[in-house]
Amino acid sequence: MRRITRDRVISLLLIAPSVIALLVFVYGFIAFTAFSSFTKWDSLTPDFSFVGWRNYLKLFGTSPTDRFLCDLRNTVTFTVLFLIGCIVIGFGLAVLLDQKIRGEGIFRGIFLFPMAISFVVTGVAWRWLLSPGTIQTGSSGVNLLFQKVGLGFLRWGWFTDPTIWSIPPESGVGMFLKQIGLSGLVSPYVGVSLAMISVVIAATWQMSGYVMAMYLAGLRGIPEELREAARVDGATEFQVYRHIIIPLMQPITLSAVIVLGHISLKIFDLVVSMTGPGPAFATDVPAFYMWDTTFRGNNFAQGAAIATILLLLVAVLIVPYLAYTTRTEAEL
Amino acid sequence: MTSQTRRPSIRWSRVVNYAILIVAAAFFLLPVYVLLVTGLKSFQEVSLARMWDLPSGFYLDSFAKAWFGKASEGIRGLSENFMNSVYLAVPATVISALLGSMNGYVLSKWKFKGSNVLFPLMLFGMFIPYQSILIPLVQVLQRMHLYGSLWGLIFVHVVYGLPITTLIFRNYYAEIPNELIEASKIDGAGILGIYRYILFPISMPGFVVVMIWQFTSIWNDFLFGVIVTSRPAVQPITVALNNMAGSYIVEWNVQMAGALLAALPTLLIYIFLGRYFMRGLLAGSLKG
Repeated sequence: MRRITRDRVISLLLIAPSVIALLVFVYGFIAFTAFSSFTKWDSLTPDFSFVGWRNYLKLFGTSPTDRFLCDLRNTVTFTVLFLIGCIVIGFGLAVLLDQKIRGEGIFRGIFLFPMAISFVVTGVAWRWLLSPGTIQTGSSGVNLLFQKVGLGFLRWGWFTDPTIWSIPPESGVGMFLKQIGLSGLVSPYVGVSLAMISVVIAATWQMSGYVMAMYLAGLRGIPEELREAARVDGATEFQVYRHIIIPLMQPITLSAVIVLGHISLKIFDLVVSMTGPGPAFATDVPAFYMWDTTFRGNNFAQGAAIATILLLLVAVLIVPYLAYTTRTEAEL
Repeated sequence: MTSQTRRPSIRWSRVVNYAILIVAAAFFLLPVYVLLVTGLKSFQEVSLARMWDLPSGFYLDSFAKAWFGKASEGIRGLSENFMNSVYLAVPATVISALLGSMNGYVLSKWKFKGSNVLFPLMLFGMFIPYQSILIPLVQVLQRMHLYGSLWGLIFVHVVYGLPITTLIFRNYYAEIPNELIEASKIDGAGILGIYRYILFPISMPGFVVVMIWQFTSIWNDFLFGVIVTSRPAVQPITVALNNMAGSYIVEWNVQMAGALLAALPTLLIYIFLGRYFMRGLLAGSLKG
């Protein structure tokens, strides 16, 4: 009996350093950041005089060209396109690889290797691939490739294109959206920054293999008898996927959405190394703005406010997921 | 009968299947092709107009310049930063793996009241945007006299690596039957003895998965590197590569060669230990 209590004490001592470290470095630091976001601290010397919501109000300014509003617009664009891209390509490749393919291992290796390298390497490589070239040098990168294979009309400014697509209020679509009560979408604050597409391409290149691997593991877990039974019942191959396999993949899709979603909210390295903030903040993101304003501009309180918003966005996604996965685990 | 009528259409679908896979593979290899051919060209051959052409020979000038730098042109080589990343990633990986193993052991075999609450609280640390802890982190590291040094960076990677290493080890040890632990207790073994003589010897596969995961993510990290180290002489390779790529005096073939050098260690791990890499990857999505 004594031994058990002694072991109990040792077990707590073993885990204590890690728990204390995470308590301080995660929760304590988050609390400090949140606190700083309500202060005046805008130079190298900390100034903790309370200013209320001022740092937040400054972010949600008045004009659609305000940096943080551009960042939110870009994050939405990035998240939506990146999720769709990774899930469609990842699932598509997994299904194609699941057809008893010769050389499956080689294909899998090729689709997954970008996961092993740094976003910085990806950014450097794709920056050159998508750099459009100038009038003096002619087309470069992918544009040059298009030109060579006779697809010159596809040439484009990629991440240098400052165009923001938004729905004009006078247009047919704009009128229609207003009619059905979605006038919120017809606003200069809502738009798609075309330059973001380049960042999405690079990020999808890096992460879709990961989604493929998750789906492939899921597909391999479906017993062959299940598909066979459906085929015997006269289902076409498409119907087998539509009604049996895709519904069974739902938990994996959920995992993929959570993992990719939180990556896209945090995306930083890729933007730094590939494009920077871009023309008129066309490729700026909150994580980059936070770093820029805090560690280059020494506006710590402003940076803390951005960081706090970023954390809340991630928490909305992650906390229910953590609660859900750990609860189902406890039930087992 | 049906198989006879269906055979041609099946063949076609296989052709399409392979064709799509090959096109996709080409897309995935596109950056590698450009990195390789550009890195291997001689300085005379490098021009944007000939970007897609194969090199006329096998020139390692760009790699040499990326690695050693060129003092006369004010270009820093990446060799020092490459070694910084080694000195950073190896100890940080080993320490965080050992701590994760102990945590995983306690959280799977020595559960206590509240451990099921503590675990998700620890896990949350691996999902947070690190921007939300950077400001106090810099202040605290300065107070600890760790700011700007590799030791500081090792410390940071160990702390923020704890959630994922704990997760992987907890899932790994959960597979080991509790009876094994109970039997050893009856035999008189204590908590440390059980770890030392029973769990640790069978932990190697777990350690391989965790260490590959940690090494890869620490090697590839950029944010902590750029925040904690400001002097070029102590920066890890990702930060140095980004500086090199942002510099107008460095030719782009040198940048490409530098990018390949920075990617090489983790790529080699992936090629030779891909199986274990995959397991860590899937553990990252919480489904251990």
